Amino acid sequence: MSKIKEAIANHKAFIPFITCGDPNLATTKEIVKEAVKNGADLIELGIPFSDPTAEGPVIQGANLRALTNGVTTDRIFDLVRELRLEITIPMVFMTYANVVFSYGAEKFISTCREIGIDGLILPDLPFEEKEEFLPFCEKYDVDLISLIAPTSENRIAMIAKEAKGFIYLVSSLGVTGTRSEITTDLGSIVSVIRANTDVPVAIGFGISNPEQAKKMAALSDGAIVGSAIIKIMEKYGTDSPAYVGEFVKSMKDALLF
Amino acid sequence: MSNPNGRFGIHGGQYIPETLMNAVIELEEAYNHYKNDPEFNKELSTLFNEYAGRPSRLYYAEKMTKDLGGAKIYLKREDLNHTGAHKINNVLGQALLAKKMGKTRLIAETGAGQHGVATATAAALMGMECVVFMGEEDTKRQALNVYRMRLLGAEVIPVKSGTATLKDAVSEAMREWTSRISDTHYCLGSVMGPHPFPTIVRDFQAVISKEIKEQILEKEGRLPDAVIACVGGGSNAIGSFYNFIEDEGVKLIGCEAAGRGVDTYETAATIATGRLGIFHGMKSYFCQDKYGQIAPVYSISAGLDYPGVGPEHAYLHDIGRAEYVPITDEEAVEAFEYLAKTEGIIPAIESAHAVAYARKLAPTMSNDQIIVITVSGRGDKDCAAIARYRGEDINE
Repeated sequence: MSKIKEAIANHKAFIPFITCGDPNLATTKEIVKEAVKNGADLIELGIPFSDPTAEGPVIQGANLRALTNGVTTDRIFDLVRELRLEITIPMVFMTYANVVFSYGAEKFISTCREIGIDGLILPDLPFEEKEEFLPFCEKYDVDLISLIAPTSENRIAMIAKEAKGFIYLVSSLGVTGTRSEITTDLGSIVSVIRANTDVPVAIGFGISNPEQAKKMAALSDGAIVGSAIIKIMEKYGTDSPAYVGEFVKSMKDALLF
Repeated sequence: MSNPNGRFGIHGGQYIPETLMNAVIELEEAYNHYKNDPEFNKELSTLFNEYAGRPSRLYYAEKMTKDLGGAKIYLKREDLNHTGAHKINNVLGQALLAKKMGKTRLIAETGAGQHGVATATAAALMGMECVVFMGEEDTKRQALNVYRMRLLGAEVIPVKSGTATLKDAVSEAMREWTSRISDTHYCLGSVMGPHPFPTIVRDFQAVISKEIKEQILEKEGRLPDAVIACVGGGSNAIGSFYNFIEDEGVKLIGCEAAGRGVDTYETAATIATGRLGIFHGMKSYFCQDKYGQIAPVYSISAGLDYPGVGPEHAYLHDIGRAEYVPITDEEAVEAFEYLAKTEGIIPAIESAHAVAYARKLAPTMSNDQIIVITVSGRGDKDCAAIARYRGEDINE
């Protein structure tokens, strides 16, 4: 069984997203440790990309700050090597297709295996293009995470049937970023997914507070939160680990009850 | 030339968020239906002829020919189209298609502003809402076009992210499309982005080479030896090349913007300096660093200031059917001034890149050979920027 699937299935998972290198990699390391200590079930590590077309202004800002600070894919691999000395929960990379392609798909994905990355989320790699990386993901046993969107409709079953690890259900139209309200009928999307796979479903995009996380997790197997955490990192910089830890705890507590 | 999955050799594809997949599938289905619909084609050709002023002239540039002393030079005058550039061809096609699909709102990216102006024009004509994304840097370089778009009823949104140029405008238009799909068509301005855009835009621009072929056969009774066009994303170039691809005797030459030179970082010459990558929905060549971060490219021409190239050009390069050459800012500016003084035609600074290469090529050819240069747009919009380049400050 996939390590990711195991970590999420059968309880409400909290999945924080953290852009690596914002403001620097030493801080990222502490943030991840704090998140794990406070109950995160899986860590989504963002490898920054110069032109993140699926991101709203908050995560765009984090990408830009990290790249300006000289963060590279190789330095992030080193960070993961260090984190793996202390952390056992699954970790996945979230980045863009060109970051993987340009590094050399096989070299990137085999390195993921070697350093202990369990999955890969690529928002610009839809079902139709997954052959680009899937053979290497299978070879090195790294889950290529599928995304399903509010507009997926007739595509949900097709995507769900071949999903690995977990399904990333995009809560709303548009890009990442906090939203006051999520109006998509996620319940019916989740039912179609459930009818086609036993791979767990986590909902992301627009979730920023414990109340929303609880609501989303009630509909699925977990909640993914990015922009709300990045905002804390933006505000507190190198002091942010404790604040992120506190936030993760509040979110995780909401999911437990 | 593309296969059903939108591939041109290894290039192309649909590397976009899942949120947009049904939108591009719907677009492809609609396009496949309407492209063979006689009613649609009749409406489009009426718009081309009666509204945009097609066919555009194929003009024998006699003074330039004599001055350069080699091949006979013809200019394909896309600058004479309504709105002043080839961009209107694609926009009329896409706006009509969007309307048939029941869309009421067009969004677009623009670099130099020509595509934005064309989209705003079509939206006004067809009674559609229009929002144009334009890099903040470009809104300054092309202030006149910003005003034209607003005059035509469009909302212009300056994009501040990244390098605040064309690539960022494309990213922002894509982001906007993911947030509002049901009533909105993304009217992409070049032969780039996810399938089916490179094919749709090429088909609507292919009218350029269709006309060149008819016109040159009528005037000269033979095909040209070379067709030269500038390449950013590559829409006027693919339009100029397309109907000659099977004619192997016709050399196809795309002129990329080298900016301050291909040996500097201040360049936008993708084929000369880029490598294979995946960005903005397509696999193609891109200017990028070793980790795949997209390079902040530069050219004096806002319309060519893009770090990638359309997938069909990447393929034509791979198979050696077309040749791509870099032209520097300085060469383009000299050509801009040269065409103005020699033929009384002020070309867009984008098109001046093609004129610049023709000035090098023509003297190496014989008097009985023929070059066609596509003048993709007119240069009024560039006068203030070129004056500044020459150290003269004028009010626009």
